[in-house]
Amino acid sequence: MDKKFNITVRNCDLYYSEFHALKNINIEIEEHEVTAMIGPSGCGKSTFIKSLNRMNDLIEDCRISGEIKIGDQNIYDKNTDINLLRKNVGMVFQKPNPFPMSVYDNVAFAPRTFGTKKKNELDKIVERSLKQAGLWGEVRDRLYTNAMGLSGGQQQRLCIARALAADPQILLMDEPTSALDPISTGKIEDLMSMLKADYTIVIVTHNMQQATRISDKTAFFLLGEIIEYNKTDELFANPQDKRTENYITGRFG
Amino acid sequence: MKESAHRRQMLKYQVMKLLTQGALLLSLAALITVIVFILVRGLPYVNLQLLFGEYSSKNPTIKPALIGTLYLVLISIVIAAPLGIGSAIFLTEYTNNKRRLIHIIRIAVETLAGIPSIVYGIFGYLVFVIALGFKYSLIGGGITLAVMILPVIVRSTEESLLAVPRSLREGSLALGSSKVRTIFSVVLPCAASGIVTSLILAIGRVISESAVLILTIGMVVNKMPKDFASPGTSLALDVYYFGSHGYPEQAAATGVVLLVLVVSINIMATIIGKIYGKGELADG
Repeated sequence: MDKKFNITVRNCDLYYSEFHALKNINIEIEEHEVTAMIGPSGCGKSTFIKSLNRMNDLIEDCRISGEIKIGDQNIYDKNTDINLLRKNVGMVFQKPNPFPMSVYDNVAFAPRTFGTKKKNELDKIVERSLKQAGLWGEVRDRLYTNAMGLSGGQQQRLCIARALAADPQILLMDEPTSALDPISTGKIEDLMSMLKADYTIVIVTHNMQQATRISDKTAFFLLGEIIEYNKTDELFANPQDKRTENYITGRFG
Repeated sequence: MKESAHRRQMLKYQVMKLLTQGALLLSLAALITVIVFILVRGLPYVNLQLLFGEYSSKNPTIKPALIGTLYLVLISIVIAAPLGIGSAIFLTEYTNNKRRLIHIIRIAVETLAGIPSIVYGIFGYLVFVIALGFKYSLIGGGITLAVMILPVIVRSTEESLLAVPRSLREGSLALGSSKVRTIFSVVLPCAASGIVTSLILAIGRVISESAVLILTIGMVVNKMPKDFASPGTSLALDVYYFGSHGYPEQAAATGVVLLVLVVSINIMATIIGKIYGKGELADG
């Protein structure tokens, strides 16, 4: 089971019907790092991470070409098990989307999907995942109350716990803090730096400070292309491309 | 000049307020009159003998109608609920809203909901009573009622399903759940209160229906139905029968029973909608 979970993208193009949303993407994302995707709205960064767990399959008229490999498996292969792929590549969305059921059932959702039925095993997974998401202390007494009663920040950490309970290798986060207050944002950022020991994290963010705080590498997207991809401190200190520089210095027209 | 314009505005406002108020009062009065009138004329004759006594031409009872109505509700819901909910799931979860065909199906469903019930009645008569040779039977009437309430169930279930936020479906699929698990574990539970409410309202329609049944179940008011294939009667039909055969007291009393039944069903639907609908879909 010594599989690798780095992500390799080669010559990837993606179209929504006629719209060319991703243009010849080539990128190598390392294991156990936090990789940030930055760029203006509509530049394709969300589209890009959604192609890593094939959530784009849900969109009609979405066509993709090229190669996206996780370890040495091409995830767009005909015989890819999409459900297993999504179990291994967890996703946290922009708006917290807990299911309207108990905290416990939310976290136990994916393990149950994949056949864990025993109460004591589920208990362990639920506790471990909630601890990993830094939420255990706050919800241990209300595991069986409806998750919709949690605050926004708690809901988002619950969604992280829910994704972790599936035992993924990669965690995709699509602007996970954009709907949250600064304190909740801080908690989730701290969480990411801890989680990267066990997981590969790809995060889309509009907040460049956030990218510098939490990520090891950063990719700058513009109009569906990756303009620049480098170690985060280098990219921000010494951008190679004029467009990157304009964007990160806020002089973007 | 300004002063008089203002006064005219105020006058218009007052007149309009008075007119609408009057309209409301008249509407309420009409409604209350109906209810009070039926209660006053019928309530004194509602008793155990009427409800559960043996039928005789001197003392007609509604026991056969209670059983018949129960049969009809069972038959129609058992058929229409799975078909209706299934169709709604297909329309919302497995098709693209923009497709032409789906649009046409939606319009067709809405049109079906608007067909006068007597037309369903003649359909049931021609198909079940005549063509299939069921003669007058509860099963023929029940199936016809099922066809009649189907579009209602499809429409309201669809609305409940569409009200479940897309983000929940995505959340489930992103955890590696299959589409089937997503539908059964996330979408349907979220929509459950709406679906149950729509079923209860459909039951209300079955109980109130008379036109379909006049042509399909035979209006046999004096005999207990033996089984699904027997002819029978329903509460609504008894009202008609008693009213037109010289039993005005019993007609009014049966009207009271029907009224109470349908009103309680509607209240129940509202309560269920409220209890389950609370907070569970806070996210828009």
